[in-house]
Amino acid sequence: MSFINYASREINCKIVYYGPGLCGKTTNLQFIYNKTAEESKGKMISLATETERTLFFDFLPLALGEIRGFKTRFHLYTVPGQVFYDASRKLILKGVDGVVFVADSQEERFDANIESLENLKDNLEEQGFDLEKLPFVIQYNKRDLPNVSSVEELSNLLNPRKVPELEGCAMSGEGVFETLKAVAKLVLNDLKKAG
Amino acid sequence: MLGPQSSLVMYDEEYQRILLLLERLLRESNSKVIFLVDKNGQLIAATGETANLDTTSLASLTAGNIAATGGLAKLIGEKEFSILFHEGEKDNIHISIIGGRVILVVIFDQRSSLGLVRLRVKKASNELAVVFEDLVSKTEQQAVSSSAPSPFAEITDDDIDNLFN
Ligand SMILES: Nc1nc2c(ncn2[C@@H]2O[C@H](COP(=O)(O)OP(=O)(O)O)[C@@H](O)[C@H]2O)c(=O)[nH]1
Ligand SMILES: [Mg+2]
Repeated sequence: MSFINYASREINCKIVYYGPGLCGKTTNLQFIYNKTAEESKGKMISLATETERTLFFDFLPLALGEIRGFKTRFHLYTVPGQVFYDASRKLILKGVDGVVFVADSQEERFDANIESLENLKDNLEEQGFDLEKLPFVIQYNKRDLPNVSSVEELSNLLNPRKVPELEGCAMSGEGVFETLKAVAKLVLNDLKKAG
Repeated sequence: MLGPQSSLVMYDEEYQRILLLLERLLRESNSKVIFLVDKNGQLIAATGETANLDTTSLASLTAGNIAATGGLAKLIGEKEFSILFHEGEKDNIHISIIGGRVILVVIFDQRSSLGLVRLRVKKASNELAVVFEDLVSKTEQQAVSSSAPSPFAEITDDDIDNLFN
Protein backbone atom coordinates (compact mmCIF):
# COMPACT_ATOMS: atom_id res chain seq x y z
CA MET A 1 0.00 0.00 0.00
CA SER A 2 1.14 3.47 -0.71
CA PHE A 3 3.20 5.28 1.87
CA ILE A 4 2.39 8.97 2.25
CA ASN A 5 5.06 10.86 4.11
CA TYR A 6 4.04 14.35 5.18
CA ALA A 7 7.35 14.82 6.95
CA SER A 8 9.48 14.47 3.82
CA ARG A 9 6.56 15.29 1.48
CA GLU A 10 6.79 12.09 -0.50
CA ILE A 11 4.39 9.52 -1.86
CA ASN A 12 5.73 6.01 -2.39
CA CYS A 13 3.86 3.48 -4.47
CA LYS A 14 4.62 -0.13 -5.32
CA ILE A 15 3.99 -1.50 -8.78
CA VAL A 16 4.46 -5.16 -9.64
CA TYR A 17 5.09 -6.53 -13.14
CA TYR A 18 3.53 -9.98 -13.38
CA GLY A 19 3.35 -12.55 -16.16
CA PRO A 20 4.58 -15.93 -17.37
CA GLY A 21 8.29 -16.79 -17.49
CA LEU A 22 10.26 -15.03 -20.25
CA CYS A 23 7.36 -12.72 -21.24
CA GLY A 24 9.60 -9.66 -20.85
CA LYS A 25 9.07 -8.30 -17.35
CA THR A 26 12.74 -7.81 -16.58
CA THR A 27 13.25 -6.32 -20.05
CA ASN A 28 10.56 -3.71 -19.29
CA LEU A 29 12.41 -2.61 -16.17
CA GLN A 30 15.76 -2.62 -17.91
CA PHE A 31 14.44 -0.33 -20.61
CA ILE A 32 12.98 2.07 -18.05
CA TYR A 33 16.26 2.02 -16.18
CA ASN A 34 18.31 2.74 -19.29
CA LYS A 35 16.09 5.62 -20.39
CA THR A 36 15.72 7.35 -17.06
CA ALA A 37 17.95 10.24 -16.08
CA GLU A 38 20.57 9.40 -13.46
CA GLU A 39 19.06 11.72 -10.85
CA SER A 40 15.62 10.16 -11.14
CA LYS A 41 16.53 6.56 -10.55
CA GLY A 42 18.13 4.40 -7.94
CA LYS A 43 20.09 1.26 -8.49
CA MET A 44 18.33 -1.55 -10.28
CA ILE A 45 18.60 -4.71 -8.25
CA SER A 46 18.15 -8.08 -9.90
CA LEU A 47 18.14 -11.17 -7.77
CA ALA A 48 18.71 -13.59 -10.61
CA THR A 49 20.10 -17.04 -11.24
CA GLU A 50 23.38 -17.49 -13.07
CA THR A 51 21.43 -17.80 -16.29
CA GLU A 52 19.76 -14.42 -15.79
CA ARG A 53 16.40 -15.83 -14.85
CA THR A 54 14.73 -13.81 -12.10
CA LEU A 55 15.11 -15.74 -8.87
CA PHE A 56 13.32 -13.54 -6.38
CA PHE A 57 12.65 -10.12 -7.86
CA ASP A 58 13.98 -7.18 -9.82
CA PHE A 59 13.64 -3.84 -8.11
CA LEU A 60 13.85 -0.38 -9.62
CA PRO A 61 13.13 2.76 -7.61
CA LEU A 62 12.04 5.76 -9.69
CA ALA A 63 11.48 9.36 -8.68
CA LEU A 64 9.06 10.85 -11.15
CA GLY A 65 8.76 14.45 -10.07
CA GLU A 66 6.35 16.39 -7.93
CA ILE A 67 2.64 16.34 -7.66
CA ARG A 68 0.94 18.95 -5.49
CA GLY A 69 4.24 19.53 -3.70
CA PHE A 70 4.85 15.85 -3.01
CA LYS A 71 7.73 13.94 -4.56
CA THR A 72 6.31 10.84 -6.21
CA ARG A 73 8.36 7.70 -5.99
CA PHE A 74 7.45 4.48 -7.70
CA HIS A 75 9.03 1.22 -6.70
CA LEU A 76 8.85 -1.21 -9.59
CA TYR A 77 9.15 -4.93 -8.93
CA THR A 78 9.04 -7.95 -11.20
CA VAL A 79 8.22 -11.47 -10.07
CA PRO A 80 9.93 -14.67 -11.16
CA GLY A 81 7.74 -16.22 -13.83
CA GLN A 82 8.41 -19.92 -13.53
CA VAL A 83 5.63 -21.93 -11.97
CA PHE A 84 7.77 -23.32 -9.15
CA TYR A 85 8.58 -19.86 -7.74
CA ASP A 86 5.05 -19.31 -6.56
CA ALA A 87 6.03 -18.72 -2.94
CA SER A 88 8.27 -15.81 -3.98
CA ARG A 89 5.57 -14.31 -6.17
CA LYS A 90 3.18 -14.19 -3.23
CA LEU A 91 5.70 -12.32 -1.13
CA ILE A 92 6.32 -9.69 -3.76
CA LEU A 93 2.61 -8.93 -4.10
CA LYS A 94 2.49 -7.81 -0.47
CA GLY A 95 1.42 -4.21 -0.26
CA VAL A 96 1.10 -3.77 -4.01
CA ASP A 97 -0.57 -0.59 -5.29
CA GLY A 98 -0.81 -1.47 -8.96
CA VAL A 99 -0.17 -4.42 -11.25
CA VAL A 100 1.08 -4.63 -14.82
CA PHE A 101 0.37 -7.96 -16.47
CA VAL A 102 2.90 -8.57 -19.23
CA ALA A 103 1.47 -11.09 -21.67
CA ASP A 104 3.68 -12.95 -24.12
CA SER A 105 1.94 -12.51 -27.48
CA GLN A 106 3.47 -15.62 -29.03
CA GLU A 107 0.90 -18.23 -29.96
CA GLU A 108 2.69 -20.98 -28.09
CA ARG A 109 2.52 -18.95 -24.87
CA PHE A 110 -1.25 -18.59 -25.00
CA ASP A 111 -1.87 -21.09 -22.22
CA ALA A 112 1.01 -19.81 -20.14
CA ASN A 113 -0.61 -16.36 -20.14
CA ILE A 114 -3.92 -17.71 -18.92
CA GLU A 115 -2.25 -19.78 -16.24
CA SER A 116 -0.22 -16.83 -15.00
CA LEU A 117 -3.23 -14.53 -14.89
CA GLU A 118 -5.19 -17.10 -12.87
CA ASN A 119 -2.20 -17.43 -10.58
CA LEU A 120 -2.14 -13.65 -10.12
CA LYS A 121 -5.79 -13.61 -9.12
CA ASP A 122 -5.32 -16.47 -6.65
CA ASN A 123 -2.24 -14.97 -5.07
CA LEU A 124 -3.87 -11.56 -4.74
CA GLU A 125 -6.92 -13.10 -3.15
CA GLU A 126 -4.73 -14.84 -0.63
CA GLN A 127 -3.42 -11.41 0.40
CA GLY A 128 -6.93 -10.05 0.65
CA PHE A 129 -6.80 -8.14 -2.65
CA ASP A 130 -9.31 -8.25 -5.46
CA LEU A 131 -7.78 -7.81 -8.90
CA GLU A 132 -10.96 -6.15 -10.07
CA LYS A 133 -10.47 -3.35 -7.57
CA LEU A 134 -6.75 -2.91 -8.02
CA PRO A 135 -5.12 -0.52 -10.52
CA PHE A 136 -4.37 -2.97 -13.31
CA VAL A 137 -3.11 -2.70 -16.90
CA ILE A 138 -2.12 -5.30 -19.49
CA GLN A 139 0.76 -5.15 -21.94
CA TYR A 140 0.78 -7.46 -24.98
CA ASN A 141 4.51 -7.83 -25.41
CA LYS A 142 6.74 -9.14 -28.20
CA ARG A 143 4.57 -7.70 -30.96
CA ASP A 144 7.70 -7.70 -33.18
CA LEU A 145 7.69 -11.49 -33.47
CA PRO A 146 6.03 -13.25 -36.42
CA ASN A 147 4.18 -15.96 -34.52
CA VAL A 148 1.89 -13.79 -32.40
CA SER A 149 -1.81 -14.07 -31.62
CA SER A 150 -3.92 -11.09 -32.66
CA VAL A 151 -4.43 -8.41 -30.05
CA GLU A 152 -8.16 -8.95 -30.34
CA GLU A 153 -7.81 -12.60 -29.48
CA LEU A 154 -5.52 -11.86 -26.55
CA SER A 155 -7.81 -9.13 -25.31
CA ASN A 156 -10.91 -11.31 -25.43
CA LEU A 157 -9.16 -13.90 -23.43
CA LEU A 158 -7.12 -11.94 -20.92
CA ASN A 159 -9.02 -8.70 -20.62
CA PRO A 160 -12.76 -9.22 -20.27
CA ARG A 161 -12.98 -6.21 -17.94
CA LYS A 162 -11.30 -3.98 -20.53
CA VAL A 163 -8.70 -2.42 -18.30
CA PRO A 164 -6.15 -0.25 -20.14
CA GLU A 165 -4.24 -2.47 -22.58
CA LEU A 166 -1.14 -1.68 -24.61
CA GLU A 167 0.93 -3.30 -27.29
CA GLY A 168 4.60 -3.54 -26.53
CA CYS A 169 8.00 -4.55 -27.69
CA ALA A 170 10.00 -4.34 -24.51
CA MET A 171 13.22 -5.12 -26.30
CA SER A 172 13.04 -1.94 -28.40
CA GLY A 173 11.09 -0.13 -25.70
CA GLU A 174 7.87 0.33 -27.61
CA GLY A 175 4.94 0.69 -25.22
CA VAL A 176 7.13 0.41 -22.14
CA PHE A 177 6.72 3.95 -20.81
CA GLU A 178 3.12 4.06 -22.02
CA THR A 179 2.43 1.01 -19.86
CA LEU A 180 4.13 2.51 -16.82
CA LYS A 181 2.25 5.74 -17.30
CA ALA A 182 -1.08 3.95 -17.61
CA VAL A 183 -0.63 2.10 -14.34
CA ALA A 184 0.81 5.14 -12.55
CA LYS A 185 -2.24 7.10 -13.58
CA LEU A 186 -4.58 4.52 -12.09
CA VAL A 187 -2.56 4.33 -8.89
CA LEU A 188 -2.51 8.10 -8.42
CA ASN A 189 -6.21 8.32 -9.20
CA ASP A 190 -6.77 5.78 -6.46
CA LEU A 191 -4.93 8.01 -4.00
CA LYS A 192 -7.25 10.77 -5.01
CA LYS A 193 -10.30 8.66 -4.27
CA ALA A 194 -8.87 7.64 -0.92
CA GLY A 195 -8.26 11.28 -0.01
CA MET B 1 -1.88 -2.34 15.29
CA LEU B 2 -1.17 -1.62 11.68
CA GLY B 3 -3.05 -3.95 9.40
CA PRO B 4 -1.10 -5.47 6.55
CA GLN B 5 -3.06 -3.55 3.94
CA SER B 6 -3.66 -0.16 5.47
CA SER B 7 -1.69 2.49 3.75
CA LEU B 8 1.03 4.01 5.86
CA VAL B 9 0.95 7.74 6.52
CA MET B 10 3.74 9.64 8.24
CA TYR B 11 3.35 13.07 9.85
CA ASP B 12 6.00 15.54 10.90
CA GLU B 13 5.42 15.16 14.61
CA GLU B 14 5.71 11.37 14.63
CA TYR B 15 8.64 11.48 12.22
CA GLN B 16 10.55 13.68 14.66
CA ARG B 17 9.71 11.36 17.54
CA ILE B 18 10.92 8.40 15.51
CA LEU B 19 14.16 10.14 14.56
CA LEU B 20 14.87 10.99 18.19
CA LEU B 21 14.36 7.37 19.20
CA LEU B 22 16.60 6.12 16.39
CA GLU B 23 19.33 8.62 17.23
CA ARG B 24 19.25 7.59 20.86
CA LEU B 25 19.38 3.93 19.90
CA LEU B 26 22.34 4.65 17.64
CA ARG B 27 24.24 6.23 20.55
CA GLU B 28 23.27 3.75 23.22
CA SER B 29 24.01 0.72 21.09
CA ASN B 30 27.26 2.10 19.63
CA SER B 31 26.07 1.17 16.18
CA LYS B 32 26.88 2.62 12.75
CA VAL B 33 23.60 2.91 10.95
CA ILE B 34 19.99 2.42 11.88
CA PHE B 35 17.01 2.48 9.62
CA LEU B 36 13.32 1.73 9.69
CA VAL B 37 11.55 0.10 6.80
CA ASP B 38 7.95 -0.61 6.04
CA LYS B 39 7.32 -4.32 5.43
CA ASN B 40 6.54 -3.41 1.83
CA GLY B 41 10.08 -2.15 1.35
CA GLN B 42 9.66 1.60 1.74
CA LEU B 43 12.27 3.42 3.78
CA ILE B 44 10.69 5.29 6.69
CA ALA B 45 13.69 6.83 8.43
CA ALA B 46 17.45 6.42 8.68
CA THR B 47 20.21 7.73 10.91
CA GLY B 48 23.96 7.29 11.35
CA GLU B 49 26.59 6.87 8.66
CA THR B 50 24.16 6.74 5.77
CA ALA B 51 26.08 8.94 3.34
CA ASN B 52 27.66 6.13 1.34
CA LEU B 53 24.79 3.73 1.72
CA ASP B 54 22.13 2.99 -0.86
CA THR B 55 19.32 3.10 1.69
CA THR B 56 16.58 2.60 -0.91
CA SER B 57 18.07 -0.69 -2.05
CA LEU B 58 18.77 -1.69 1.52
CA ALA B 59 15.15 -1.06 2.41
CA SER B 60 13.82 -3.15 -0.44
CA LEU B 61 16.19 -6.05 0.19
CA THR B 62 15.50 -5.98 3.92
CA ALA B 63 11.80 -6.25 3.28
CA GLY B 64 12.44 -9.08 0.82
CA ASN B 65 14.58 -10.79 3.42
CA ILE B 66 11.89 -10.50 6.10
CA ALA B 67 9.25 -11.67 3.67
CA ALA B 68 11.33 -14.69 2.65
CA THR B 69 12.16 -15.74 6.20
CA GLY B 70 8.52 -15.14 7.14
CA GLY B 71 7.61 -17.60 4.40
CA LEU B 72 10.12 -20.08 5.78
CA ALA B 73 8.70 -19.65 9.27
CA LYS B 74 5.19 -20.45 8.08
CA LEU B 75 6.42 -23.60 6.35
CA ILE B 76 7.80 -24.98 9.60
CA GLY B 77 4.80 -23.84 11.63
CA GLU B 78 6.25 -20.68 13.19
CA LYS B 79 4.40 -17.38 13.01
CA GLU B 80 7.42 -15.35 12.00
CA PHE B 81 11.07 -14.98 12.98
CA SER B 82 10.98 -11.69 14.82
CA ILE B 83 14.75 -11.27 14.92
CA LEU B 84 17.32 -11.93 12.21
CA PHE B 85 21.03 -11.55 12.57
CA HIS B 86 23.64 -11.55 9.82
CA GLU B 87 27.27 -11.68 10.79
CA GLY B 88 29.89 -10.29 8.46
CA GLU B 89 33.66 -9.93 8.64
CA LYS B 90 33.45 -6.31 9.77
CA ASP B 91 29.84 -5.32 9.89
CA ASN B 92 26.82 -7.11 11.24
CA ILE B 93 23.13 -6.57 10.67
CA HIS B 94 20.48 -7.00 13.31
CA ILE B 95 16.92 -6.99 11.99
CA SER B 96 13.77 -7.03 14.08
CA ILE B 97 10.07 -6.50 13.55
CA ILE B 98 8.15 -3.84 15.40
CA GLY B 99 4.41 -3.93 15.89
CA GLY B 100 4.00 -6.53 13.18
CA ARG B 101 4.62 -4.19 10.27
CA VAL B 102 7.74 -2.11 10.63
CA ILE B 103 11.29 -3.43 10.36
CA LEU B 104 14.14 -2.03 12.43
CA VAL B 105 17.62 -2.55 11.03
CA VAL B 106 20.78 -1.93 13.03
CA ILE B 107 24.21 -2.13 11.42
CA PHE B 108 27.12 -2.37 13.82
CA ASP B 109 30.80 -3.36 13.95
CA GLN B 110 33.28 -4.44 16.63
CA ARG B 111 32.69 -1.23 18.59
CA SER B 112 29.46 -2.84 19.74
CA SER B 113 28.22 -6.36 20.36
CA LEU B 114 25.19 -8.47 19.60
CA GLY B 115 24.25 -8.52 23.29
CA LEU B 116 24.28 -4.76 23.60
CA VAL B 117 22.40 -4.23 20.36
CA ARG B 118 19.78 -6.76 21.35
CA LEU B 119 19.27 -5.14 24.73
CA ARG B 120 18.94 -1.60 23.37
CA VAL B 121 16.76 -2.67 20.49
CA LYS B 122 14.31 -4.28 22.87
CA LYS B 123 13.79 -1.06 24.76
CA ALA B 124 13.62 1.11 21.66
CA SER B 125 11.18 -1.27 19.99
CA ASN B 126 8.58 -0.78 22.67
CA GLU B 127 8.85 2.98 22.37
CA LEU B 128 8.75 2.90 18.58
CA ALA B 129 5.70 0.66 18.69
CA VAL B 130 3.89 3.33 20.70
CA VAL B 131 4.67 5.96 18.07
CA PHE B 132 3.36 3.72 15.31
CA GLU B 133 0.17 3.09 17.23
CA ASP B 134 -0.26 6.83 17.59
CA LEU B 135 0.29 7.17 13.87
CA VAL B 136 -2.44 4.69 13.11
CA SER B 137 -5.01 6.41 15.28
CA LYS B 138 -4.00 9.79 13.89
CA THR B 139 -4.40 8.51 10.34
CA GLU B 140 -7.82 7.14 11.17
CA GLN B 141 -8.89 10.43 12.75
CA GLN B 142 -7.67 12.43 9.77
CA ALA B 143 -9.59 10.13 7.48
CA VAL B 144 -12.92 10.86 9.15
CA SER B 145 -12.44 14.58 9.85
CA SER B 146 -13.13 16.67 6.80
CA SER B 147 -11.14 19.61 8.17
CA ALA B 148 -7.92 18.17 6.72
CA PRO B 149 -8.62 17.36 3.08
CA SER B 150 -6.06 15.16 1.39
CA PRO B 151 -3.63 17.06 -0.83
CA PHE B 152 -4.30 14.44 -3.49
CA ALA B 153 -8.02 15.00 -3.72
CA GLU B 154 -7.33 17.62 -6.39
CA ILE B 155 -4.94 15.68 -8.59
CA THR B 156 -5.74 16.19 -12.26
CA ASP B 157 -4.85 14.15 -15.30
CA ASP B 158 -2.55 17.00 -16.31
CA ASP B 159 -0.60 16.68 -13.04
CA ILE B 160 -0.05 13.03 -13.81
CA ASP B 161 0.91 13.63 -17.44
CA ASN B 162 3.46 16.21 -16.30
CA LEU B 163 5.27 13.59 -14.24
CA PHE B 164 6.35 11.85 -17.41
CA ASN B 165 7.60 14.84 -19.34
N1 LIG C 1 11.48 -10.42 -29.70
C1 LIG C 1 11.28 -9.93 -28.50
N2 LIG C 1 11.93 -10.47 -27.44
C2 LIG C 1 11.71 -9.95 -26.22
C3 LIG C 1 10.82 -8.86 -26.01
N3 LIG C 1 10.81 -8.57 -24.68
C4 LIG C 1 11.66 -9.44 -24.10
N4 LIG C 1 12.22 -10.28 -25.01
C5 LIG C 1 13.20 -11.35 -24.78
O1 LIG C 1 12.58 -12.38 -24.04
C6 LIG C 1 13.51 -12.99 -23.14
C7 LIG C 1 12.97 -12.99 -21.73
O2 LIG C 1 12.84 -11.68 -21.27
P1 LIG C 1 12.83 -11.33 -19.70
O3 LIG C 1 12.61 -9.86 -19.60
O4 LIG C 1 14.03 -11.90 -19.03
O5 LIG C 1 11.55 -12.14 -19.23
P2 LIG C 1 10.93 -12.25 -17.76
O6 LIG C 1 11.07 -13.69 -17.39
O7 LIG C 1 9.48 -11.88 -17.93
O8 LIG C 1 11.65 -11.32 -16.85
C8 LIG C 1 14.80 -12.19 -23.29
O9 LIG C 1 15.66 -12.91 -24.12
C9 LIG C 1 14.37 -10.90 -23.93
O10 LIG C 1 15.36 -10.35 -24.70
C10 LIG C 1 10.15 -8.32 -27.14
O11 LIG C 1 9.36 -7.38 -27.06
N5 LIG C 1 10.41 -8.90 -28.35
MG1 LIG D 1 12.64 -11.72 -15.08
